[in-house]
Amino acid sequence: MSADAEQRSIRCLVAKVGLDGHDRGAHVIARAFRDAGFEVIYSGLHRAPAEIVQAAVQEDVDVLGISILSGAHNTLVPKIVDGLKEYDAFDDTLIIVGGIIPDGDREKLYELGVAEIFGPGTPMEETVSFIRENAPERR
Amino acid sequence: MSQATHSALIEDLLAGKHRALARAITKIENRSPGYRDLVSELHSHTGNATVVGITGSPGAGKSTLVDKLAKQYRDQGDTVGIIAVDPSSPYTGGAVLGDRIRMASNVGDMDVFFRSMSARGQLGGLSTATADAVKALDAFGKDRIIIETVGAGQNEIDIVKTADTVVVLVQPGSGDDVQMLKAGILEIGDIFVVNKADMSGATKTVADLEEMIHMRGDPMAGLDTGHHGFEIPEHPDSPDGDDDEDRWEPPVLKTVATHNEGITEFRGALEKHYTHLKTTGGLQANARIRYAEEIRQHLRSDAARLLESEIEAAGGIDRLADQVADRRTDPYTIADELLQPLTECVENRLDS
Repeated sequence: MSADAEQRSIRCLVAKVGLDGHDRGAHVIARAFRDAGFEVIYSGLHRAPAEIVQAAVQEDVDVLGISILSGAHNTLVPKIVDGLKEYDAFDDTLIIVGGIIPDGDREKLYELGVAEIFGPGTPMEETVSFIRENAPERR
Repeated sequence: MSQATHSALIEDLLAGKHRALARAITKIENRSPGYRDLVSELHSHTGNATVVGITGSPGAGKSTLVDKLAKQYRDQGDTVGIIAVDPSSPYTGGAVLGDRIRMASNVGDMDVFFRSMSARGQLGGLSTATADAVKALDAFGKDRIIIETVGAGQNEIDIVKTADTVVVLVQPGSGDDVQMLKAGILEIGDIFVVNKADMSGATKTVADLEEMIHMRGDPMAGLDTGHHGFEIPEHPDSPDGDDDEDRWEPPVLKTVATHNEGITEFRGALEKHYTHLKTTGGLQANARIRYAEEIRQHLRSDAARLLESEIEAAGGIDRLADQVADRRTDPYTIADELLQPLTECVENRLDS
């Protein structure tokens, strides 16, 4: 194989934001993404929205997966979205949310620009194929 | 990629937009159409950063050490770019790039630009991509660039060779690590660091390393001016060999990166090595070797690509191999035949 052939790989940031300390799910997701052939950057626990934005911008990820189980999504997600906009990174980053999001809050997240929300029990293949189909073209 | 977006990207990058820098590195990593022009244009803006390469076995504490070093650079007002290379799965191509988790001291500080890169299973391509990414960071205006990689194989050794100073990180009590060092990494280190020096066995590891470095130093006395492991056929800047002051004796340092111990001394050793390179002319000599190698590498891969299409035109490699197996021809003849147009072209040019 020539070293010059174009090689694209889907890059994902799996982010744990806020005070929520449960990252088993995020770990499982990170491994599943890796096994699907994605390049996964895991943020680690207890990240501030600004840190997630910094990582998403610098790593130029195609997909930002935010895992929130604490119920603070209405505060944290808007901050991340605003941060991405500040660095012109919002338009070509696919934002997905995983975790426990009450039905009443879903519409608001979609309006903010979250592409999809995956609740507990979502089959891994569903998330992976959603990303495959919706990962933005890098231009 | 159109020419317009291409120059807009470079403009934005040179203007200091983080998103443009990130995107440029993505294009380099993906080998997107036009990435070569991109790097070509960036090259004239490079040459201002100092580049440190850090390698060592997994778990030795590279990421934590890099984090603490970056913090010190930031404290003295320098901007920092970091490229962390992690292996990828040879089966799926996927990877978990975990070095970022350790960058605790610099979170939220955009003047530390941290980028994870995966090996993507390429042979030889990764060192090119890393060298190009370093150029992007350099052109962007980063004062300090740090490359971090697992010291596992030739590819990784090639990567750290793009640095001015190569640091080899070892953890104490790991006889295996020192064994690994024998296999080639020892030669490329300009500075050795025994991290986790609060663990038992640290002193012995330091002593082992010092002994090995001393042994490596002798046969090369007078020849080594601070390079790391390159073949140096000619060296215009080096004195005649009887001048021991120009030889760089790699120091062995102790750190406890998690507790920020020994980091100032580590930074001091890096500065000292850089000054040494500057005063002995090693900096220019290294750059010359590096660029020569880069040119050769591009030539090799470009020529290989041209030849691939020649092979295709000749009916594919399998057909040629079958001909050889049937004793209708032999490998030398085929190589001569395939290279014929190129040989003629080169000979014509030399004649005229």
